[in-house]
Amino acid sequence: MKITLKYLVLVLGAAVFAYPFLWMIAGSLKPELEISNLGLLSENYTLHSYEQVVTKVPIGRAFLNSIIVSLATTASVVFFGSMVGYALAKLRFLGSKALYLLILFTMMIPFQITLIPQYILIVKLGWTDTYPALIAPTMMSAFGIVLFRQFFVSVPNALIDAARIDGCSEWGILFKLIWPLSRPVVITVGLLTFMSSWNEVLWPLMVVRERTLMTMPQIVTIFTIGGEAETQLGSLLAAATLLSLPVIIAYAFFQRYFIESMASTGLKG
Amino acid sequence: MRGRWRVIEAVRKSDRFGFLFSLPYVIFFLAFVAYPLIFSFVLIFHRWNIVTPMEWIGLKNFERLFHDPLFGKAITNTLTFLLIHIPLQIIIALLLALLLNSKVKMRGLFRAIYFLPVVVSGVAVTILWQQLYSYDYGVLNALLKAIGLPSVPWLVDASWAMPSVAIMATWKNVGIYIVLFLVGLQNIPAELYEAASLDGASRFRQFRHITIPMLNPTVIVVVVLSTIGGFSLFIEPYVLTGGGPMQSTLSGMLYIYNQAFYFGHMGYAATLGFVFALIILAVVLIQRRVIETEPT
Repeated sequence: MKITLKYLVLVLGAAVFAYPFLWMIAGSLKPELEISNLGLLSENYTLHSYEQVVTKVPIGRAFLNSIIVSLATTASVVFFGSMVGYALAKLRFLGSKALYLLILFTMMIPFQITLIPQYILIVKLGWTDTYPALIAPTMMSAFGIVLFRQFFVSVPNALIDAARIDGCSEWGILFKLIWPLSRPVVITVGLLTFMSSWNEVLWPLMVVRERTLMTMPQIVTIFTIGGEAETQLGSLLAAATLLSLPVIIAYAFFQRYFIESMASTGLKG
Repeated sequence: MRGRWRVIEAVRKSDRFGFLFSLPYVIFFLAFVAYPLIFSFVLIFHRWNIVTPMEWIGLKNFERLFHDPLFGKAITNTLTFLLIHIPLQIIIALLLALLLNSKVKMRGLFRAIYFLPVVVSGVAVTILWQQLYSYDYGVLNALLKAIGLPSVPWLVDASWAMPSVAIMATWKNVGIYIVLFLVGLQNIPAELYEAASLDGASRFRQFRHITIPMLNPTVIVVVVLSTIGGFSLFIEPYVLTGGGPMQSTLSGMLYIYNQAFYFGHMGYAATLGFVFALIILAVVLIQRRVIETEPT
């Protein structure tokens, strides 16, 4: 009895979280009149809604833009972040403590305070409607650096000293010795950065007006509130599906990494 | 002289790769953290639309802010959101985490499903919920009708709109907190429960006097992260309701955005951002104090 109740709650919970997504995907394939039905099946599945989206907004281009921006941001955060993390964890230099405190301080600043001045900086640099505007302000992450530093501290010094004696450069030590030992933290920082970059929408809305430079979530937002969807439920759901499906597919393969990354960082954050 | 010599000596002894590896971040910090931070202190004393020259207006931005009914509205809306969002989140996350922590088959699958909305874009989730919340054609009202309850004006009624946003945000984020509570539960030493059982403590008393106090650090994380999230609410009201009806879902971030990009009031928008940042820091500090000192 108790066990039945337990599974009932768990399954009900699963339905609450999963069913809306299934309904969204099914709705994007149904003809307009059948969308508000509760069920998922229809005998009249059609790609009409997707055609609507593709012809009205440059969504293919937006997909490409999102890939470029997210990959560049992630590569930069991981590359530069691990450099600073290594310097803070293993190298002795004047000001290293001050730098670490500065990074911790940066993590505490609510973004609301720097958002408008950052936007003005981009305008003054003449970067509006460019990729640098989308990438530069998130090229490095204080949070990422702290995660790298924490992980690198636990790498034994003897290992690093041995590599130095063998004539290995600091670059070699970081990328050939420490990186392979630190796959979990590289994956964690990479995955979290990619995900937040892919889903970011406020900043693109501020610095990009040119449609061919918009990111996926941005173009879907513009499509939704800009009236181009013409209140057609199907095309709205199709746009939402196109936006979320890549992440859902990635999640299906790497869900353990997603969850463990969030869990390990959430507790420290 | 001695002081300068000591600095030179410290630089000489330093690992030059330490400087080299830190340099990119220092440049980034100066450009995208320090400069905006300093510039925000300039902006809050000015009226400016980016195009024409800046105009010094002293404390007028703050004067205006304290008399601005929409600023007050954004604050009370955020508090409404948090008052619903935080308890809902803690209760649901704790319940599902407790169930998952007991002997259960397919724990990984359940956990993965609960976590799914976390990874999906907020824009997609909002479009989806806009349909679910639809008054006439929405799935939620259809379900209510099916069990004989009246329809709810989710997004069209000013008193329902913000709770609706809070419910949606809970659905999207609760997966993170389920996982965090699960980690917290697994970190409680089993000996504590064994000792309590030997002393004849009931399951409820064990929950009340072991589980709850041991989960306190997790609760702090949940409350703090949810609060920051609540004050950063933007895309949900922007897409779902545009801040309406009757400004009932106007969030702080949405108001800053409107001031900056609809009205071109950069100085005032920066002032709003400045004040919201201070409020966030103050609220988070108070919450930490309160939860940490709570008698157990």
